[in-house]
Amino acid sequence: MRFGVPASGPMDRIAYAAANRALGNPDGQPAIEISLGGLRLVCLSGEIGIAVAGGGFVVETGEIVTGSWSVLNLAAGETLSIRPGPWGCWTYLGFAGRPDVAHWLGSAATHALSGLGGGALQPGQTLTIADAAPGPAAARRIPCPVWARPQDELHVVIGPQDRFFPPEAIEALSAQAFALTDAYDRMGVRLSGPLLTPLNSLSIPSEPVLRGSVQVSGDGVATVLLADHQTTGGYPKIATIIDADLDGFVQLRPHDPVAFRKVTADRALQIARQRAQIHQDWLNGLGRG
Amino acid sequence: MSLAATVDTPRITPVADRAILVVFADDITEAAHEAVLRLDAALQDSAAPGIVETVPAFVSLLIVFDPIRTDHNAVAGLVRASLSRPAARTASPQIHDIAVCYDGDLAPDLDDVARLAGMSRDAAIAAHLAGDYSIFMYGFAPGYAYMAGVPESLRLDRKQSARRGVPAGSVLIAGPQCLVSTLTMPTGWWVIGRSDATILRDDPERQFLFDVGDRVRFRRVRRDELKGPANG
Repeated sequence: MRFGVPASGPMDRIAYAAANRALGNPDGQPAIEISLGGLRLVCLSGEIGIAVAGGGFVVETGEIVTGSWSVLNLAAGETLSIRPGPWGCWTYLGFAGRPDVAHWLGSAATHALSGLGGGALQPGQTLTIADAAPGPAAARRIPCPVWARPQDELHVVIGPQDRFFPPEAIEALSAQAFALTDAYDRMGVRLSGPLLTPLNSLSIPSEPVLRGSVQVSGDGVATVLLADHQTTGGYPKIATIIDADLDGFVQLRPHDPVAFRKVTADRALQIARQRAQIHQDWLNGLGRG
Repeated sequence: MSLAATVDTPRITPVADRAILVVFADDITEAAHEAVLRLDAALQDSAAPGIVETVPAFVSLLIVFDPIRTDHNAVAGLVRASLSRPAARTASPQIHDIAVCYDGDLAPDLDDVARLAGMSRDAAIAAHLAGDYSIFMYGFAPGYAYMAGVPESLRLDRKQSARRGVPAGSVLIAGPQCLVSTLTMPTGWWVIGRSDATILRDDPERQFLFDVGDRVRFRRVRRDELKGPANG
């Protein structure tokens, strides 16, 4: 972030990791992030195993209609269609092979605002996968753990600019309900709910921000900053969502309600350690599957 | 009530489960920014376990850590220990020479800037060229290097409304700050020229032209001396 570049990468990092592990890929292999816009692609030649993980999307190829959290085979001439299903905003399409895509700063992730990195796929674009290995003859399910579902209760640590808010605003943050709005993209999501109007805060020198910052504009409207967030901001941050809650948070859809639960920094750290262990154990289990 | 942050007694605040923010002042001062750069350099040298990244800004340093390997208290302890040691020498800053063309359509706000500053267009250009600029921080978007050093006579609040579609390479000013944009974007800053400086580079050894702390001198060029799409 010191050069103005956010960490970027997948919105739901656990689902992305699951798509790779389910195929036996190394962690960090490029995958395609699919939003509510969906995706259709045709396999032009060869045969390849694919995994779709994240959200509750509908996945269709040939005779097979299944959901995300599946591993299947895609052969030349077959069309794969992935479209929004009952829940979730983001799903990940992983390939048993190495996608040939551009890298920037050692990553194939795409910074949506600038297009830097692997790049957003365009209609008609061809994607080449090196060392493609075929998938299973019959579709195989990846178990979808309960913590990969949308999460509407979020742990936050108050601050770091809480001194710019009256006590009523801090109280309202955890006592009242908010909802996601349609102003939602890879940079962040604006919330509706009680106004958290800051005190005289317009002169704060810009400070670095983290993914998960709850930033409040002068009129009191809160925005949660996400994967492609700006790296500094002059608006005060009333609270910051703990990292482990962000993957579930981004699977909420616009207009879904959300509530914040205040925790101390020490408690947040404990939760981070517990979750990391659970996620790691689960991913390791997938690799053996 | 929290106490005022100072260079000697910075405010150290936990940020969620994985960072602390060290704030050296409540307003932008040279001394506070120097303290940021000193602490940043000290932490980069220390190679302490679990530190993921340090992010310098005007008067604050964000220290992101791996919550599995360390914790808020340990990192805050590291900060206090660094502050109590005599200041380490920071690397000597590079000086960059950056070409700017101030021609009409490349500088759509220059006439307004000159008028509001009560000077001629040429005087506004001379004032901009006379500034002593240093890179305070990167922010906002990849390669957006914020420079301080716009002369007092040319300091204007940002515009009431943003201009849309301002091309990459635009030279922008607002208050004491100046930057050369790297993306086409709307901006509420004043667009006073165009540069061909390549801030995002292909060189894996140096992906970004500037380091925080580097100094910049602007040099006026004709349009046909600019490299790339702005020329023509």
